[in-house]
Amino acid sequence: MAGKIVTEITGPGIPLRGNDIDTDRIVPARFLKCVTFDGIGEHAFTDDIKGLAAKGETHSFADARFANAAVLVANQNFGCGSSREHAPQSLQRWGIRAIIAESYSEIFYGNCVSLAIPCFTADHETCAQLQAAIESNPEGELKLDIAAATATGPCGTIALQIQPGAQSQFLDGSWNARAGLLENLDQAKAVAENIPYVSNYA
Amino acid sequence: MGQNLYHKVFDRHCVAQLASGQFQLFIGLHLIHEVTSPQAFAMVREQNLSVPFPELTFATVDHIIPTTGAGRQRPLQDPLAEEMLQHIEQNTADFGINFFSPDKNDQGIVHVIGPERGLTQPGMTIACGDSHTSTHGAFGTLAFGIGTSQVADVLATQTLAMAKLKVRRINFTGALQPGVYAKDVALAYINLLGVNGGVGFAYEFGGEVIDRMTMEERMTVCNMSIEGGARCGYVNPDQTTFDYLKGRDYCPEGEAWERAVADWQSLASDADADYDDVIEIKGEDIEPFVTWGITPAQSVGVAQNLPAVDSFAEADQLVVREAYEYMSFEEGQPIVGTPVDVVFIGSCTNGRMSDLREAAKFVKGKKVAAGVRALAVPGSQEVARQAIAEGLDKVFDEAGFQWREAGCSMCLAMNPDQLQGNEISASTSNRNFKGRQGSPTGRTLLMSPAMAAVAAVEGKVTDVRNHLEN
Repeated sequence: MAGKIVTEITGPGIPLRGNDIDTDRIVPARFLKCVTFDGIGEHAFTDDIKGLAAKGETHSFADARFANAAVLVANQNFGCGSSREHAPQSLQRWGIRAIIAESYSEIFYGNCVSLAIPCFTADHETCAQLQAAIESNPEGELKLDIAAATATGPCGTIALQIQPGAQSQFLDGSWNARAGLLENLDQAKAVAENIPYVSNYA
Repeated sequence: MGQNLYHKVFDRHCVAQLASGQFQLFIGLHLIHEVTSPQAFAMVREQNLSVPFPELTFATVDHIIPTTGAGRQRPLQDPLAEEMLQHIEQNTADFGINFFSPDKNDQGIVHVIGPERGLTQPGMTIACGDSHTSTHGAFGTLAFGIGTSQVADVLATQTLAMAKLKVRRINFTGALQPGVYAKDVALAYINLLGVNGGVGFAYEFGGEVIDRMTMEERMTVCNMSIEGGARCGYVNPDQTTFDYLKGRDYCPEGEAWERAVADWQSLASDADADYDDVIEIKGEDIEPFVTWGITPAQSVGVAQNLPAVDSFAEADQLVVREAYEYMSFEEGQPIVGTPVDVVFIGSCTNGRMSDLREAAKFVKGKKVAAGVRALAVPGSQEVARQAIAEGLDKVFDEAGFQWREAGCSMCLAMNPDQLQGNEISASTSNRNFKGRQGSPTGRTLLMSPAMAAVAAVEGKVTDVRNHLEN
């Protein structure tokens, strides 16, 4: 049971500047009190939005110009902290369908792959250039090509990087790993028989 | 060239290489809790899948559970918390999974009870929908946090798709100075390598400082691997490991124990093992650390002043400025003397017996400073029983601490224990992220249990080294 094939993502961008934006900021823990992910998109960056509003500033996720955005452009170590899938679930339900950043926390990255959210990387200058371009033309659509690893938009075509493994998973629809894992269940059981602790060293 | 533990354990658990280039890895111990598992069980049900190895999954409730006796009465006052508790009760019953629960008096923080019951054993692969799963690496395991879709993967297949990590050996040489603890060792490597220094790496912690540590201290060091960006961190198993495990509930006995020890010894990194990176940190150079900002790398030795913004790389200056603004601190100010409103001793980082004993030494016969709210929260009901047997509950209570029941408590704001407004807390937990302790403007200073205990008595950040006569 392969998932849908993801070859390109097209939509307006949204800039979010700053390194080390953690999962508690993406979705504060009090909104993790739930047994489904329904409605979690409403809480994306909710405390950061309020914090900036109190100073008379506007967070990107509360800025009407970016309300239809699909491509998030961030900086270093995006999504660090907790393993909560609630963070990418919240971004996805808000409308984010792909991310470009300088780097990611590994658990966050893996969670995004599981949700079919391609995560590209680019150097600081490229991310800054994209963030500025989005701000000057919020309506402009970015077209992300998964196979070519490029972003095409008002500022031309820009080369990005994507992990080859994840890239192939999007292109063949195997980003949801479960189907592939289930195929090897018998092999997994055979491996387990040779792991001594599984039988408590009997 | 020899092999390190990471590769030996990885190879033993490898089921297949997947088309993506990742490896399918068998997971020997799966731990679950109420926050990241309900949606995973829903995914398993939606796809009509079964759980082929229910005996390798263990559950508990820790994040949402209140830590007062009255608060734990069912139904829980917070209907959302009650719903989550009911879900884990029902899910574990439906799939035949062992649930460590308050009803059976064996509940606790997932990363405290795994080792305490002897579930965590050297050479295992351990996964949990919780980033602090790295804690279990203290036993020479590959232990890492996973997301909810992956929790469903493990439930349905007992395997995960994983890429191989690089391995960085961090040698802590020499010895720690008095007043310097495992927590300071953790904050030291994060300060040095940064919050993303470990991305793509497993950390192998070693050297004389680690060799001399107790298992509980090693757990504190491994717990914070993820705060340094490393998805897992581990210590090679040795006699200290075996002595800790012998006789625990889920450990093998008799001849099986002998076979287990021989196996565990064989999995430790070879003396000539190859590493992708090796660094050295002198134990003597580590000071008692305190965080001052909004990432666990934004820390200083307690005797130091807060760093200048322009002392950081340009790319990091934005988050440094953001930290100063959020914390209302100034560059160059000393951290010592910073008044605290709340003291929290507990969490999967520092909620074990040795943490409570060490903190108790500094509060015994003293009083919590006026206006300070102080909580001592055991990491499990078993830790609570032991602490009470040793009279530690009375020591904390007489000093004016609130002695609580087991849970994650004020580490993460999913239960009634939370900061109010812009309170400053001296906290033994692992994250000082914005809003982490429940108030969107609350401020967290991470430190060791001894430093937190002294802060409670003095009402301000205090250098524990000036109080060692205790």
